This record gives sequence, structure tokens and C-alpha cells, in this order.
Amino acid sequence: MSAAAEISGREASRPVLTVKGLTIQVATPEGAKIVVEDLGFTLNHGETLCLAGESGSGKSMTALAIMGLLPKPMARIASGSITLADGTELTGRSERAMRKIRAQRISMIFQEPMSSLNPVMTIGKQLEEVLLEHGMCSRSEAPARALDLLRDVQLTEAEKRLAQYPHELSGGMRQRVMIAIALACNPEILIADEPTTALDVTVQAEVLELIRALQREHGTTVLMITHDMGVVAEMADRVVVMRNGKQEEAAPVRELFAAPKTAYARELLAAVPRIGAAPTRPELERTRHTVDVEDLCVRFPMRGGLLNRVNARLHAVEGVNFRIAPGETLALVGESGCGKSTIGKAMLSLVPYEGSIRIEGQQMAGLSPHALKPIRRNVQMIFQDPGASLDARMTVGKQVAEPLVVHGLASGSELQDRVEWLFRRVGLPADHIDRFPHEFSGGQRQRICIARALALRPKAIVADESVSALDVSVQARVLELLRELQEEEGLAYLFISHDMAVIDQVADRVAVMNLGQIVESGSRDQVLRDPQHAYTRRLLSAVPFPDPTRQRPPVIAREGPVGSPVRPLDDPAPRFPLAEVAPGHWVAGDAA
Amino acid sequence: MHRFRFILYRPIQFIPVLFGISVITFVLVRLIPGDPARIILGTRASPTALANIRAQYGLDEPMWVQYLFFLKNLGAGEMGRSTLYKIDVLKLIATRIEPTLALVAAAVILSLLIAVPFAALSARRQGRPTDHVVRIVSTAGIGFPPFWLGVMLIILFSVKLGWLPVSGYGNTLGEKIQHLILPGLTIALSLSAVLTRSLRAGMIAGLKSDVATAARARGMPENIVFWRHVVPNALVPTVNLLAINIGWLIGGTVVVESVFAIPGMGQLLVRGIFTRDYMVVQGVAMTFAVATVLINLLADILTVALDPRVDLS
Repeated sequence: MSAAAEISGREASRPVLTVKGLTIQVATPEGAKIVVEDLGFTLNHGETLCLAGESGSGKSMTALAIMGLLPKPMARIASGSITLADGTELTGRSERAMRKIRAQRISMIFQEPMSSLNPVMTIGKQLEEVLLEHGMCSRSEAPARALDLLRDVQLTEAEKRLAQYPHELSGGMRQRVMIAIALACNPEILIADEPTTALDVTVQAEVLELIRALQREHGTTVLMITHDMGVVAEMADRVVVMRNGKQEEAAPVRELFAAPKTAYARELLAAVPRIGAAPTRPELERTRHTVDVEDLCVRFPMRGGLLNRVNARLHAVEGVNFRIAPGETLALVGESGCGKSTIGKAMLSLVPYEGSIRIEGQQMAGLSPHALKPIRRNVQMIFQDPGASLDARMTVGKQVAEPLVVHGLASGSELQDRVEWLFRRVGLPADHIDRFPHEFSGGQRQRICIARALALRPKAIVADESVSALDVSVQARVLELLRELQEEEGLAYLFISHDMAVIDQVADRVAVMNLGQIVESGSRDQVLRDPQHAYTRRLLSAVPFPDPTRQRPPVIAREGPVGSPVRPLDDPAPRFPLAEVAPGHWVAGDAA
Repeated sequence: MHRFRFILYRPIQFIPVLFGISVITFVLVRLIPGDPARIILGTRASPTALANIRAQYGLDEPMWVQYLFFLKNLGAGEMGRSTLYKIDVLKLIATRIEPTLALVAAAVILSLLIAVPFAALSARRQGRPTDHVVRIVSTAGIGFPPFWLGVMLIILFSVKLGWLPVSGYGNTLGEKIQHLILPGLTIALSLSAVLTRSLRAGMIAGLKSDVATAARARGMPENIVFWRHVVPNALVPTVNLLAINIGWLIGGTVVVESVFAIPGMGQLLVRGIFTRDYMVVQGVAMTFAVATVLINLLADILTVALDPRVDLS
């Protein structure tokens, strides 16, 4: 390191990895397809380069190509070169030679820390395995080194973790373990492929902070792959925007966000939802309510002991009240496991619950399945994954028609007309009704799910993370469709999401949930612009700004230990009474 | 090890299962046409002699009274007297159980010895000629009936090559092992066909999984990726498949014991049916049922041991 670089605290740009003219081909039943074309970039020592793009842009393929891990035999590098600083060429290198590069010089972490760790091996063994394989230490030193590595990634109770299995750890802890494994051999380069996409926003903030800290400490160069422009703004020094396998634009992060040069980058950045950017929604007349939920409780029995009797309960939802007016969107937000999806399921009578759920004044609670059927159509659901919520072996037309047939509402040519109308209504050509789900893109599939939900002319729709799996540009268009439908039909939406920026765009009112209870509720502006509860503040503090010029302050620390929704039978969950701090703005206090 | 606590209370769940099985076998055996007394005494027996025999074995009582007697005997550790062997069925079974248990064990061990390497070979060379050969052979293996396969194996290894004994069981351990190879193989060939297919599918999925990709990304050699990260995860569903097939496996021993003249439970059952030896049929059926239940318990224990995520408690 030169003296000048030491003084400036940062080395002059010294390339550690150079990609030139990289072209990747994938064999498909329809013939060879180019998924990455003539891609070139340089990774400089100590920096973070983000490969940003929507699904199918070839960013993950590029990462796998660098690692020599392209799925064989379908994908191969057709041309181009990938070289390390010392001139080592990675393309066309033997598997044996690549093994020495991996972990020792380039490491990689993946999106799903659960499925990337071996479920039947302890954390300690998985760490030791990589240390021993690369000769980092002797067998007797391995446990101590593994412990050091876990401490390095700030994993709590590191000694205990060594003997635990992946499923005993939370998502964030697992990703920390993955990072520990990746850094075990002190590689020059860390490739992080959507490392926080599967994590809650607060956990995401912590993991990103950890990656930055480790980068400072070890001088690791990071190649980060993400679809999330907020993460890009927060992490990147430079960005390569990719689309359909090609580089659209490459620029330092501030330049890109301030003045994107290409039309695509402009579109992509414009589609990114930003908290506070959404226009004010018109005040609604709240004279009557489509949805009226009172004292909703969902408790799941937990069995155990000698006779397998119920000995505890999981309080998934505990004493929740809310109302939604026609044409209104109530957003439910909270971290995974807070009970927000369970409320959605209860609304559709898909889980047993206590309390009262009235849709259009009709009580749903306590009805027999037979009595429930005719009023069930009043509330419908749109799920997160349109690929999983559509039947792959049934034409999409039949699937949209099915609810009409089940409820005996239409048949023959009337049914046909109605289905075609629904298709046009969600912006799909009516002649696509005889196709199968795999023939559609993700956004189109979600439109089909919306058409299916609309078929019964519901009064209320539960949208459970309905746009979370979609690319931002598609997400924006689907949200637009949902808004149009709401205005025209006067639908009440219960919009369940973990994405604060999306909620900011769509919600009239927001309810924040933690451990099965609402801790804060109010209008969108009250909750998101003027959060009162510590939990809401913490959630909001973790949301990355899609703006590199704004430094996000560190995440507010959690107050007290993480509670558990599992309680013994004789131990009722403490209820947090809500107090009105401003008209319509309710905040939970301490337990009564 | 509280995950293994289910071993303690699982036997409680056996009670209703065994009760149900005893009722079903008791009724079914008595639905077989034919009169046990007449079979014991022959066709020219006098009505008085027949009546005496019926009274001696309690066959003149209504079926529910007979069942109560059966339960009472069971409480005293007896299963009733065999009309053919003239001793208590439980004692009879005790002398016959060893060859059958040994046969089942041999079949399971041999089928795993066949299935694991073949599935591994096939999965790691997916789509190549080796894979196709393994798949064709395992499909064929499902199709061959055990009695035919057994006879073919005898002809090849015993008659033509003279390597292994034709039939029987032997007295010393060495002899027994020799005698078990062919019958064990007969069952194992069919069973391993099913196992190979399931294991192959699991291994292929495992080789494409994130676990394998992540292990490769850490520079692990392909052999370690396969044997440490893919195979243990693929074995878990196979143990369950094996447990599900255990009923079929026990049924297989009946045929195979007859083909190879092994003096086990299967042979006893066949003779019991031909002679309308109610107590024997019932006793063997119940023993098979208990064995199935116990083997499933064993499979659960194995699953819990193999997969730390499974908690049956």
C-alpha cells in the first residue's frame, strides 16, 4: 500500500477482478439462448460494486460464472474473460483449479440462508469443514477458529451456536453464519447475491451494516447483486445496471441516482417506491364499513408431553380490532411472524378464530361451512406467489371461471363472457384464456390471480404481499391496476406487506403489528411520517433510502428482548391498550 | 435428547392398533370356508368325534365368546393351541421367528447395498448412458415377481454355478448367512428397484439444491459435496419409503420362504391356512402386525436421528 493511499484512507483504484466481453449461453428446449452478452466491468480493491437489475437481467448468472458454478451442462461461458489481479484467468479453468479460487480468493453468499446451509449438519461442523478443506488450520484448532469466525460476524451466544443446527437459528443469524463461512479463508472478493432479500427490513439493515463493517476491517471487495435500488443506494460505490443480459449503464452510485443517462435506468429509478413521495390520498367518507373486525384472536394449540396433549398456545393474533370503509386500503405491516398473514387467512375463514369478523354487515364468525359459503364470496384473496397460487395443469380461463361455477353464478356462454370480460378488466387479452400459467410472465400471472379474485364481485380483498415477488416496474403497474379497480368497484383492501415504501404508496391507513397485536394505527401520514411507537420507529429506521446522498442513520436498537408468541395455557398474552394520541392515531402503551 | 422422548409413549398408541388387528384377523380367519375339525380328523370322522374336537378347541362357541377366550389366553401369555402342531402358537412362533427376522434384515441390508451405489451412480451421471441403464434395470426390477426371480437365482447360482445352497436354512451362523443370500437377494432386487428410484430423485434434487451450490462455492470437492451434503438429505425420505414398504416386504417373505424352503413364519402361515389352523394364522398375522408397527417405530427413530429438524415429541 502506498503512503499516499494510506493517508487518504483509501487506496487508489486497483482492480482485483476484471470481466471482459463476458457472454453466457444457456441451452433451452428452443435452442441456445444468450443470457449475458458482452458484459464488462472492473472490480476495484475495497469497493462495493452493485450489479442491479430486474429478474432475468443475467446478474446472478454473471456471479455464478465468476465462481465457475454455472449450472452444468445447460449453461456455459461462450466467450469473454474473467481475470484476477495477478492475471489468473478464471474462464475455462479446471474444476480442480477453481476449487482453490473459491473461498480462498472469491467467496459467495446467497439469497436463502436456510436452503444454503446443510440442515443435517451443525453450524460448527459446516464452519470447520471449510477451514479444514482449505488447510486454514489443523483439526484440533478448527473449533476455536470456528468460534472466532462466529464472533467476527457478531452472532450472539456464539459457543452455543456451534452445536446448533441451521433450523434453530433465525434468518438473520443464518445469513451471519453464511457470511462467517464465506470469510473463513479471508478471500479478496465477496460476492453477495441478494443477501438480504429474504430477510425482514430490520434484519436486512443489520446484515448490510455487518457486511460494511467486515469490509472495512478486512479490506474485502464486495460484488453485490440486488434488485433493490434502496440497497444499491445504501451499499454501492459504483453500479452496473443490467437488463436482458446486457449492461445498460455503469456509473458511480451518486451519478446514477442523480442523473441516469439511459432511459431504462431512468424508468427503473422512477418506479422505485419512496417513502414520502406518494401523493396524498383523498379523504374518504367513512360512514359505513365493509370490513369490521372486533377482538380477533387466533391461537394455535401446541402439543407436547407424554400424552401429546395441548400444553401451550401460539398467540398468532391477539385482540385485534380494525375497520375498513368501502374504497379504503388498510395496510398491515410488521416483521415476519407478527401475525399479519394470519389475520388475512382469518378474514377468509381459512383458520379457526375467535372474535367477530363482519363483511358488509354479515357476521362470518361461528357459521357452519354451509352457511358460510354464500357470504364467502364477499371477501377474496390475492397471494404473494402467483406461480404457486395458480394450478399449473389447468388453463387460466378455467381457473378464473372456477369460483363462478362453484358458487353457481354463471354457466355456458354467460360464463365465457364473464371470464373474457374479467381478462380484459385486468389488462390481459381475452384470447389468452386457453393458455396455461407457465405461458405468462410473473406480472401477468398476478393479473390472472386478480381476475380470479374479482370473479365473485367481492366487497373486500385481502392482498397478502401481492406485489412483493414482482419486479419494481411490474409492481408499479399491478399497484396501478389495483388502485383503478378499487376506485371503480369501491373495494375495501386489506393490504399486507413488509415493504414500507409500497405501503406508503397504497395505504389510506396503516396498522403496525408486533407479536400478534396492533401496536400503532392511524392514517398513513400519522404512522409513517410521525411514528409514535418504538417498534414503528425501529421498522422505519431500517428502511433503506433509494438515495445515495442521504446517509441512513443506524437502525434503532430493539427495546428489550424479542418476545415469544408461545405461552403456556394458563398464561394469557398481555394486551397492550391503545391510546388515541391524535384523532384516529392510536398507539399501544405498556401491558395492562 | 428430548427429541427421542416419543419412544417412551409411542407404545401406548400401539394398544388400539393391536386390538384392531386382533379383531380383524380373528374374524377373517373364521370366514375362510372349511371346518378345522374335519381337516384334523379326515372326511370319514363320526359326528361325535367332530363335536368332541370342536368342544376341545372351543370351536362350538359363538365367535365373540371365542374372541373373549382368545383375549383371556393372551393375558396369560398364550395364543391358543395349534390344531396341527398341538403346542401353543406363541411357542411355535418363537421357534420360527428367527429365520424370518434374519431374512427381512438380509433383504433390507442387501437392498440398501444395491440401491445406494446405483442411485449415486445414476444421479451423478444424470442423462448419460449409465443413468439410462440403471433406470431401465430398476424399472424392470419392479416388474419381476419374487417367486420367478427366486427360481431364476436358484437356477443360476445354485444349480449352474453351485456357489450357494439351493434351499433350507442351516444350523451354524455361517450356514445361515449362506442360506440367506439368495432369498434375501430375491426380495432385495424388487425392493432396491423402488429405493433406487426414490434415492436417485432425491440425489438429483440435492445436487441442484442451494446446499450443494453453496458447498461448491466454498471450494468443496464434488465427492464431499455429494456424500456429505447431498446423500444424508436424500436418505431421510428413503427411510420412510422403506418403512412404508415393510408390509410388502413381510408379505414377500411368505412367498420367498416357500420358494427356498426356509422354516420361518411365512411357511408356517401358509401351512396354517391350508390346514385351517385358526390359532396359527391368527398368531402369525398378529406377529406380522406387531413387527410392522415396531419397524415403523424404528424408522421414526432413524428419521429423528438422521434429521435434526424432525421432532416427533
